[in-house]
Amino acid sequence: MHALALNFDFLFSNFSQLTVTGLALGAVYAMVALGYTMVYGVLQLINFAHSEVFMYGTFATLWTVYFMGGTAHTSGFALARMFAVAMVVAMVVSALVALLLERVAYRPLLRRNSPQLMALISAIGASFVLSESMGLRDNITRWIGLNDNFSRYVSGARDTRGLPMDIQTHKLFPIGNYQVTNIDLIVICCALLMMLLLDQFVRRSRLGRGIRAVAQDPESAALMGVNSTRVVQLTFLLGGLMAGAAATLYMLRIGATRFDAGFILGVKAFTAAVMGGIGNLRGALVGGLVLGVAENWGSALVGTQWKDVVAFVLLVVILLFRPTGILGESLGKARV
Amino acid sequence: MLPCPNLDAPPQCGRALTEETLHTKHTLRTLAVVAAAGLALTACGTTSSSSTASSGSNCPSGLKIAFLGAQTGDYANLGINISNGANVALDDYNKANSDCKVTMQKFDSQGDPNQATKLATQIIQDKSIVGVVGPAFSGESGATGDAFNGAGLVTVSASATDPALTTHGWTTFHRVVATDADQAPQDAKYIKDTLNAKKVFVIDDSSEYGKGLADGVRKGLGNLVTGNDAVQQKQTDFSATVTKVTSSGADAVFYGGYYAEAGLLIKQLKAAGYKGAFMSGDGSLDPGFIQAAGADAANGAILTCPCAPSSADFTAKYKADNSGAEPGTYSAEGYDAANVILSGIAEGKYTRADLLDWVNNYDQDGLTKHIKFNKGDVSTVVIYAYKVGGGKIQPGTPIK
Repeated sequence: MHALALNFDFLFSNFSQLTVTGLALGAVYAMVALGYTMVYGVLQLINFAHSEVFMYGTFATLWTVYFMGGTAHTSGFALARMFAVAMVVAMVVSALVALLLERVAYRPLLRRNSPQLMALISAIGASFVLSESMGLRDNITRWIGLNDNFSRYVSGARDTRGLPMDIQTHKLFPIGNYQVTNIDLIVICCALLMMLLLDQFVRRSRLGRGIRAVAQDPESAALMGVNSTRVVQLTFLLGGLMAGAAATLYMLRIGATRFDAGFILGVKAFTAAVMGGIGNLRGALVGGLVLGVAENWGSALVGTQWKDVVAFVLLVVILLFRPTGILGESLGKARV
Repeated sequence: MLPCPNLDAPPQCGRALTEETLHTKHTLRTLAVVAAAGLALTACGTTSSSSTASSGSNCPSGLKIAFLGAQTGDYANLGINISNGANVALDDYNKANSDCKVTMQKFDSQGDPNQATKLATQIIQDKSIVGVVGPAFSGESGATGDAFNGAGLVTVSASATDPALTTHGWTTFHRVVATDADQAPQDAKYIKDTLNAKKVFVIDDSSEYGKGLADGVRKGLGNLVTGNDAVQQKQTDFSATVTKVTSSGADAVFYGGYYAEAGLLIKQLKAAGYKGAFMSGDGSLDPGFIQAAGADAANGAILTCPCAPSSADFTAKYKADNSGAEPGTYSAEGYDAANVILSGIAEGKYTRADLLDWVNNYDQDGLTKHIKFNKGDVSTVVIYAYKVGGGKIQPGTPIK
């Protein structure tokens, strides 16, 4: 009954709030999208298990907060310190999961020159294994006899688990009629900073040059002495680090996670990567931000249950006019 | 994404490409559970037949009732609450009737109507089963109703709340719980009379259950509804919905849906400075709501349910019979459902036909309410309001 009335009044009167919160969500999409885009750029392979790399990051964040004794009353500086540590832990955990993934699910296939479709299926399989082992973690710890010591970490394995504290938001400054909060600002700035660092790393450092070389022409790169296995590893590592940081920012905003939290976010991040031009780092950023904002505007205009429809219609429209995405494809080729 | 409800209609629950399409894990687990249950039952069966053989009554040996509902999978919690409640009734019965012991065989449907259909066939073919506690959820109840009706095997559900289930003309289907259609008007009444809300924002999760409940509340509230939105299951970011609620100036929010989304929604509403009341239905009545929201944000939320809180007596018995587990949502109803059947067996109704007749004419006080069936629906309707306080769901009180 209220579903398809276009509510322009609401959209315009809350334009700044919808845009800022959309940007914050889009920043998380963009950081996860980087993982898809980099692996695609180097291997022309879609790493569908990347969403689980992100999901492990959210749990690393949650567990670090538990481990550091976070309670409902933790706030202020202690909370900030907790999250700073959690972000480092999440980045390390996600990077390790990504490296494990590369070692177990990809390298054996690449070494045997198997068709790319095999690697894709291997990725989907790895995604199930990772997500279900998180969803069955209570059983797993019981089998190895650890349940009593870790019950806080593993209980309710199939339920949403939240941070113990409510993160207090402070209104900082107005944009339009919306008071931007500290969380919005932290998420957006942190994401932009991480992406800037990654972009500079790939453009300027020696290792980054290796990545671009392999992306452009793996055989010539090998002839020039670039170790392509190392480069692939590095790509997964960087993607994992970004996903881990994104996971902490996600927890800061959403505050809860579960074993299948990666699935929808992964689909969205992959969409963002394609929208911006897969294989293109700056494209992932643009795609993520566009997607986050479009979802919020779409939700405001036609109802929240349509937000995925809006997002994917936008994707189709963009691909109709720019088949390679907003900024075009490829990690190294034309523009670096 | 397709919807994925958990209380009332766990149907072909949709996670587009995830576990539902790959059934190996489920199948293996089901096999293991069935095998384990089978082993346990052979053991029980022998003991009970030897004891009844000596008693010399006309009690057939190896008499069984079945439980049909989730024991593993995403909806296991509710199924286990119910089967554990039924355990208490069974234990009571067996203590009082040591000359005619009954065992309960559990059939694990994982809440999936497809699996429930196969299990229903198994149950019907096992002639030693004279009554069924379940099916637990509305989806599986709908899928198996025809089969049970055809076999004349009585079923008593503790938790299938879809109003349409009693419109099929099945004589075997019964439930000891009020329906969703009973819940919504009471929720609207509570918002109007107890919360005294003037502007209510109503949100649903687009599922059959959530939308049905929310639409009922919308109808009951009339022009007190200041705004509407629908979200999706598995959604985690509610920023657009939060903007809608805060800009509408609502003093109460009603959410029709399940606890995972409800928890995140209230958390994000509170973080954005929303100060009003928050109310949701039985889909959100789960400790997982507080887990997802965090105790701070969850405090003060009101969750309504046709399910009754467990009394201290029942809690003590329940813990003793179920190795210390706490009773949960629908545990007391599970007891009542099993008790309706077992009291018939105690009266010497050992055949399916006799027992069906017994249940159809049942008219006694149960643990949760007076139980008498009207075309399968329980005639006493009580809805309870549970308040969250101190990081816990407090015992519910009836809405009057």
